[in-house]
Amino acid sequence: MLGILASIIDGVLVGLVYGLAAMGLTLIWGVMDVINLTHGAMIVAGMFALYLLTSALGLPPYLALPPVLIGGFLVGVALYWLAVHRMIGRPPLMSLLSTFAVNLVLIGIGTGIWGTVLFNVAVSVPGVSIGRYTFPGAHILAAVLAAVIAASLYLFLHRTRLGKALRAVANNREAAELVGIPTTRLLAIAFGCGVALAGVSGTLIGTLFPFTVLSGDAYQLKSFVVTVLGGFGNPVGALIGGVALGLLEGLVTPFVPVSWTLVIEFVLFVLVLIAFPGGVFTSRPSFRGLMRGFRRGAG
Amino acid sequence: MLGRPFFWIITLVIAAFALTPAIGNDVEMREGLALACVYITLASNLNLMLGYAGYVNFGSIVFFGLGGYICVWLVNAYSWPLAASLLAAGIGVSALALFFGFGILRLRGPFFALSTIGVNEGVQAFVQNFEPWGGSSGIYLSSAVFQPLGGAARALWVIYFMLVAVMGLSLYLSYGIKTSKFGLGLLAIGQNEDAAAVLGVPTPRYKALVYSASAFLPAITGGLYFFKSAFIQPADAFDLSLSTEAIVIAMLGGQGTVTGVAFGAYLYEELRGYLLTSEMFSHFQLVISGALLLVIVLFFPSGLMGWIYSRFPRTRRVFE
Repeated sequence: MLGILASIIDGVLVGLVYGLAAMGLTLIWGVMDVINLTHGAMIVAGMFALYLLTSALGLPPYLALPPVLIGGFLVGVALYWLAVHRMIGRPPLMSLLSTFAVNLVLIGIGTGIWGTVLFNVAVSVPGVSIGRYTFPGAHILAAVLAAVIAASLYLFLHRTRLGKALRAVANNREAAELVGIPTTRLLAIAFGCGVALAGVSGTLIGTLFPFTVLSGDAYQLKSFVVTVLGGFGNPVGALIGGVALGLLEGLVTPFVPVSWTLVIEFVLFVLVLIAFPGGVFTSRPSFRGLMRGFRRGAG
Repeated sequence: MLGRPFFWIITLVIAAFALTPAIGNDVEMREGLALACVYITLASNLNLMLGYAGYVNFGSIVFFGLGGYICVWLVNAYSWPLAASLLAAGIGVSALALFFGFGILRLRGPFFALSTIGVNEGVQAFVQNFEPWGGSSGIYLSSAVFQPLGGAARALWVIYFMLVAVMGLSLYLSYGIKTSKFGLGLLAIGQNEDAAAVLGVPTPRYKALVYSASAFLPAITGGLYFFKSAFIQPADAFDLSLSTEAIVIAMLGGQGTVTGVAFGAYLYEELRGYLLTSEMFSHFQLVISGALLLVIVLFFPSGLMGWIYSRFPRTRRVFE
């Protein structure tokens, strides 16, 4: 019994990091209605930045976060102009395909350089022991850092002029343009922020688990699940969704082989999308809402 | 349909595919064309979803791989004849797609695309854990399975003609659907799903049907492909780069056209053969596919056929 409890607590810790990753995805979706399929590649980029900075420059792992944050932002802005800008206002199929294409290029380059071998970054943080169980220090620290970054994103979106402008663009782009907000520049900034979040979450995941160039797909799928749990375009919901997913993983892992975890999460993804198209943690779930969701999905 | 010139153009293409390598007994050419047949089959069937209904399916490789598994398993474990195993693979995978289709096609647009990635993950996890299919080490066929077809050398020719036949059926299917009422409904869904529903197109049913229809022939091709190599394992059967290539091909040729997609597949196969021989490019195949896709999506969203249509408007009447 205590074992399951420990597994759940650990799941929640990891879930906070998943939530941070999903925030990047949901921010982009909320502001410009684009599903960013480079998300997985950006998470992997964060992992490999961690690997390079710690092994080549000898930096302590957590000092890799600021450069990843800044670098991720710049890469994101560049990516916006390269692959996304021309897709704004076109059918969603096109932006899906263009970001998918960039993802292929990045993954292709990654496998060309590093192959698909497993990388591991050693992090030594003393753990916390409760009874017979020790919670790894890296997990606790990653969760705390994820929560701090998420909180600063919240403050940025709600307290600064730029953040408020971003939310205005997400709400209604034409109206934002009318009151003098340079919307195109803000879309680029939003994309940069989204990618930066994917990058730092990748760095944090890299301190927890070993990774390969191809790890991105699994974390991308997890981010989608978290995003639909929390509601598309809702960063706070994403964090809660992440905790929920972590909780589920903690509950499921003791009983199910690892390769099935993703499948269970995917089934959850489809069920949630059909039953709660607006997200589980945004709307008050009610029977009527559930039925409406089913009908809307079927329409 | 028999009165239309395009029907006869397809028939001519099939005849050319079947006869050209057979006349000179040219084995090398046969292998190249066999791969082209696989590409044309996969891309044409993907086009039913992508080009007609406007739904991108990132997991089309599932049909190919699953079909391969069912066929190889039936031949290996139950000594079924090849034709029966192929038919079983096609029907089985189609039925499964119909079942999945009614579930995930309730989702619309991008959400459907995301869930096709999940279908891929799910099927792969299932196959890797399914003991009768050899888990992650796969199934090997003994060379005795080629005996009923008249020995290994002759069997390869028989398989080639079957691949050509399946390719031909894919082209007829694409053309047939495009000129039918069903196809009109799909094209309407691709343009505007809400408007189509208002005008009385039963959108969820049509989407599920086309998803299932686009599974049948790729499953049979998968069966032939893996029967030919006498070996199947999850990494080959669900190789993501093949479903990616199908998307690149459909976009390259011109989504929604029959000629463009077939021609794009042939062109891509030639290009790929050319690139694979150079040491540097063979490592960066994904990079090249990706870059090609990005350029097409950014600058030529209607593909090769779109360019030809706008340049020579009269071709629109003959080439679908």
